Amino acid sequence: MEFYDWLLALHLLAAGALVSALVLYSVVIATGWTLALPSDISRMFRLSRAGDVAIAVGSIGTLVLGIWLAIDSDAYQVWDGWIIAAIVLWALAMETGRRTGTVYNAARDRARALVGEGRDTPDPELSALVRSSTGLALHAATVVLVVALLVVMIYKPGA
Amino acid sequence: MSVLAAIRPDDWNFPLLVHVLGAVLLIGGLFTAVVAQFLGWRRQRSADAVAYARTAFRALLFVAFPAWWIMRIGAEWIYSREGWDDVTSEPDWLGIGYITAEGGGLLLLVSIILAGIGARRLARSGGEASTLLRVSTVLVTIALVGYVVAVWAMTGKPG
Repeated sequence: MEFYDWLLALHLLAAGALVSALVLYSVVIATGWTLALPSDISRMFRLSRAGDVAIAVGSIGTLVLGIWLAIDSDAYQVWDGWIIAAIVLWALAMETGRRTGTVYNAARDRARALVGEGRDTPDPELSALVRSSTGLALHAATVVLVVALLVVMIYKPGA
Repeated sequence: MSVLAAIRPDDWNFPLLVHVLGAVLLIGGLFTAVVAQFLGWRRQRSADAVAYARTAFRALLFVAFPAWWIMRIGAEWIYSREGWDDVTSEPDWLGIGYITAEGGGLLLLVSIILAGIGARRLARSGGEASTLLRVSTVLVTIALVGYVVAVWAMTGKPG
């Protein structure tokens, strides 16, 4: 295997980590939607810690290794249209992901606070946070952007 | 070789997209299940163990299992498009891909059955440690590691 092949393999494994985090967050969001008790919701958010690690590895890995691949390859340049489009999609996905995190971190913190206070009964504010349409829309947007990123990577329009 | 591989006919793109999308979703489903299974492994509270066991089972059944089929259908499609049917001696990376896809599929199927029965038994027993769930956890971990190796082999193409 040449150096380029190693970079490509690691780039795709980073993409795998990124998608894995999105799948995990989707499961947490879908499961949380059906829960009412703060202890149940708090427990479900423990899963998302692994997602936080995967999203960090995946997002940094895809960008750094992707740019490195473009620099290493004679066939592509970093300023090629499809690579710039991919970087823009990546940046948009990171921003929608960050905003999604803000919504659901508030739900997690509220659930933990209620459990800490010994109030393990359904709470309207917590229910509104875990069933937030804004959070769901932002997460859906992140998923769509990452799928679009994958499409651009495979089709390489203009290359 | 890598540059030549990157410049492929346009009609290969969609089958490749199906294959790659299925593969990353499969890894995401397995990752989510493994995280839930390990969180549930040593839980003292029965409610925690049961909740994580159910989450793992659902991630395997509703994410990993359909994703395996998407990955596998995409694999056969791109295999046929690339004309590997007509080649007598296949390269190593293709062999690694086949072995991990088929072997991992069998492990996935057994894991789903064990996780489903284990989660049900765990709920009925009031949270007593379930051997079936632990066996399922080990099998899912092996499958996940196998698919990570497969991603490396399919992109790096050793041999």
